Amino acid sequence: MSGVRVLVGTRKGAFVLTSDGKRERWDVSGPHFAGWEIYHVKGSPADPNRLFASQTSGWFGQIIQRSDDGGKTWTQPGTPPGERTTPEGMPKGESNKFVYDTSSETGKPLTTHQWYDGTQHPWEFKRVWHLEPSLGDPDTVYAGVEDAALFRSKDGGKSWQELSGLRGHGTGPKWQPGAGGMCLHTIVLDPGNPQRMFIAISAAGAFRTDDGGKTWRPINQGLRSQYIPDPTAEIGHCVHRIAMHRSRPGVLFMQKHWDVMRSDNAGDLWQEVSGNLPTDFGFVIDVHAHEPETVYVVPIKSDGEHFVPDGKLRVYRSRSGGNEWEALTKGLPQKDCYVNVLRDAMAVDSLDKCGIYFGTTGGQVYASADAGDNWAPIVRDLPAVLSVEVQTLP
Amino acid sequence: MIRVVLPSHLRALAQVRGDVELEVEGPVTQRAVLDALEARYPMLRGTIRDHVTQERRAFLRFFACAEDLSHAPPDAPLPDAVASGAEPLLIIGAIAGG
Repeated sequence: MSGVRVLVGTRKGAFVLTSDGKRERWDVSGPHFAGWEIYHVKGSPADPNRLFASQTSGWFGQIIQRSDDGGKTWTQPGTPPGERTTPEGMPKGESNKFVYDTSSETGKPLTTHQWYDGTQHPWEFKRVWHLEPSLGDPDTVYAGVEDAALFRSKDGGKSWQELSGLRGHGTGPKWQPGAGGMCLHTIVLDPGNPQRMFIAISAAGAFRTDDGGKTWRPINQGLRSQYIPDPTAEIGHCVHRIAMHRSRPGVLFMQKHWDVMRSDNAGDLWQEVSGNLPTDFGFVIDVHAHEPETVYVVPIKSDGEHFVPDGKLRVYRSRSGGNEWEALTKGLPQKDCYVNVLRDAMAVDSLDKCGIYFGTTGGQVYASADAGDNWAPIVRDLPAVLSVEVQTLP
Repeated sequence: MIRVVLPSHLRALAQVRGDVELEVEGPVTQRAVLDALEARYPMLRGTIRDHVTQERRAFLRFFACAEDLSHAPPDAPLPDAVASGAEPLLIIGAIAGG
């Protein structure tokens, strides 16, 4: 019988939640890497037992972890079981090394971006926000980092190289950090075109490559952000999340700082589809696994009040690709609830019916096994949830 | 034999319990001790000193013999009691956050 594995990153460790296809009873394992911030855990589509995790700390920096058995055991890449890289069997430590490309070969080595006060500031690596495994190669994985840049590993996470054409394409000195830092938090791979991928940066905007990451261009036309000097500028928009349905890779949905947006031409032009949402501020956005026009968001009250409006936790679903939204509330708290749902904390499985999952800053992970009609908590009392991913297992 | 006391998270990362004991060749300095530590436990590279600049991470401090050595030059000799193994070099995480 098929099943699901939900990968949860929290402020104080990672958790793996597993269930069969009914998605009623759950096994919870963790905390893995207890006490560390786990920004993201994601499995390889090419090898579901291979998981990558970003383990990070303001004290001790960045650690990359990998599991090859579905999350039961973890190693820093470079030390597979049985392979000794030092007399003590320790890894080489290179898997944690993210060094910005300053070589002259890129032609445009970048040294500064815009700081909060408008002055230029050096690029400084802080952490990995998002890990996106390749759709076809279990050894290839992309990492979106703060300060914003895109890295790639082609050896299962043992070593990392920057795809420096993104920072070097020309607008980098104008990028500036959002409240959460200047992070590259979204990486979307095109399942129909291995050369094309989309990324998003707070607060620079969305970007696309059509040549495997060598060259990039901003794709922010149609976005309107009142909080920047030129609301329709080419860059400077605080994009929070982009989602795609794999059957229609040219159609993108975006939760911006304010505004829910849609593009029907791979980001060349965006139009607002916030419609009747109670507020169009939010972080997460995702698409139903089998219905490309069914989209989910969790409206948040405002950029100054990062919690759900009216004390009610409501997921909103549009079955028309935006504009017309319905509140999904069955099983979710409808009074005295003041949690947030962060940008990487929603995911969908591909079972029939489609399962929807999200985690809150209050430590709850909610699941719906019927596309959002009914919800129940898998766990209620984890540390604040930073990320939720789900794998559909055979 | 030099003794080094690590913060609990780094002990877990390095899979060690208690103090770490290291052989250090030549003058016993911060740099020499950290080089020896990272050679034996390579997964600690980047967690105490930056991968590239080799500077101490901002939220870590070095203490020994009731002295704060965090801002001492990395090539300055450590106290004799550390070099002899009588006292450990303490690597301390700043008390900040939750």
